[in-house]
Amino acid sequence: MGLASFLKSRLIPADLESHINRIRKPIGSLGYDPWGYNNEVMKYGFSLTRQIYEKYFRVEATGVEKIPAEGPVLIVPNHSGQLPVDGLLIAYALASREEKPRIPRAMIERFFPTVPYLGNLLNEFGAVLGDPTNCAKMLANGEAVIVFPEGVRGSGKLYHDRYQLKRFGNGFMHLAMKYNAPIVPVGVVGCEETIPAIADIKPLARLLGIPYAPLAMPVVLPAKVHLNFGDPMVFDDREIPEEQVTERVEQVKAAISELIDTGLSERKRLF
Amino acid sequence: MEEQRRPHILVTGAAGALAQQVIDRLRETCNLVAVDFREQVYLGDDIPSYCIDFNKRSFEDLFRRYQFDGIIHLGRIMSSQLTRMRRYNANVLGTQKLLDLSHKYNIRRMVVLSTFHVYGAVAYNPALIDEEAPLKSAGLSADLIDSVELENLANIYLWRYPDLNITILRPCNIVGPGVRNSISTLLGMERAPVLAGFSPMMQFIHIDDMADAIVLTYNKPQRGIFNVAPEDWVAYQHALKLCGCKRIPIPSIPPILPKIILRTLNLRSFPSYLMHFFKYPVVIDGRAFAREFGFTPKRPLKEIFRFYRENKKPV
Repeated sequence: MGLASFLKSRLIPADLESHINRIRKPIGSLGYDPWGYNNEVMKYGFSLTRQIYEKYFRVEATGVEKIPAEGPVLIVPNHSGQLPVDGLLIAYALASREEKPRIPRAMIERFFPTVPYLGNLLNEFGAVLGDPTNCAKMLANGEAVIVFPEGVRGSGKLYHDRYQLKRFGNGFMHLAMKYNAPIVPVGVVGCEETIPAIADIKPLARLLGIPYAPLAMPVVLPAKVHLNFGDPMVFDDREIPEEQVTERVEQVKAAISELIDTGLSERKRLF
Repeated sequence: MEEQRRPHILVTGAAGALAQQVIDRLRETCNLVAVDFREQVYLGDDIPSYCIDFNKRSFEDLFRRYQFDGIIHLGRIMSSQLTRMRRYNANVLGTQKLLDLSHKYNIRRMVVLSTFHVYGAVAYNPALIDEEAPLKSAGLSADLIDSVELENLANIYLWRYPDLNITILRPCNIVGPGVRNSISTLLGMERAPVLAGFSPMMQFIHIDDMADAIVLTYNKPQRGIFNVAPEDWVAYQHALKLCGCKRIPIPSIPPILPKIILRTLNLRSFPSYLMHFFKYPVVIDGRAFAREFGFTPKRPLKEIFRFYRENKKPV
């Protein structure tokens, strides 16, 4: 047995391998899709995330079965915690569910593709550059897509702003309407406490070419994370003025806010 | 009764492997004339072959003598060849001359070969780029301007003179036996450079499939611009591995570093202005072409890479 296959057998148990293999993905003859997702690399990512999900953040997910088993769907959570840990945990929750698991695609920040190694790795795990064309093409392919309409406004917010939703972009609503994709709101509670930041050092961020540079402890704290999935919300594809689109976005925002409140009230302790 | 006149077709770029594949597919049914501005090639007694500069007046004599019905324009100096100036003269001004003459001599069908390089490799590229996406390449490197200009010219003629029936094809990486472009050279090498930490998604089309695509296009007078790419994708470094290449990483950050290194090395197969194509993906959507022309590529990626793996040391 070669080193590679030995490592694989230790890291990827047979049940995990068969679990992922039964999730069908539209991939080419060498296991890739156009956005760089790779089935084999994904298995390692899945195995690693399992440890983070179960042992480190001890995630409690409620309502993950509400995500439709097939067809295009937009998963819309609140964004928090400086690093995209929330996206990873939501993706794992959906990929690991017993009934009809799916591997969702997370839309990521525009600066990731410029980072060597990390950019490619994220692509191989299924993350995709957050571009409307990408999202549209994936919904047309019938994929489940995780979008954070708050973007860096959400993930980069400081600890004293925790659990306050920032402005939502309208782009996701237009795509949901165009591709008849139901929207599943998600309330993430706990990620705000993973990297509490007290300030954003803007000049440093500019110097490094990154969206924000948080002043925080250089560790990810093991906060307990609660994921609350809401009921799918369906919006028709009528031609409506932007004002009404914003109203629809507000409905989604309100649903997420409610799910966050539920999570906060159910939470017994921070860690 | 007079026998029906066989179509007369001018094929440019005859010294290239792709043009020769196209000629092989059409020689049974058409009267072909082959030209190339690099060298004169012998293609059999039935096909007149010329080495000619399109910008010379004698080029027009070919139009008078052979009364072409159609043109397949594959001849272009690749970005890794000659100087920028000479490339501009041959690719842009030469194509303009060709288009002018085509209009003057009532050509009824024209296929122009472009390249996916026109889209430009940038970090923010979405995957599955459509034909209507902006062509960013000219803004990224002066060495790719001639590719974009060539296409712009063909575009102007496409809309201004609909009777020319111009179809522009933007294929992904053309590879396979005989192909001499930079990506094919890289896949054929024992050791190939990569940018450390970057392995963009790529698409490859076998030269035989591409020749089929060109013949299909010629036979269906459907004007427009089309991407040509199979629905299969692979990361660059993985492709090298499958071709049996050892990867030589070049430091990739800060971005000025690989640029300096590549300029110093001055590799023909890995020029500094193509560097971004080995860093960021340019994945095109070939579905419109496949639908419109009923095209299905027949050679899978594994077969393409096997060829390079087994032909590391040319006899």
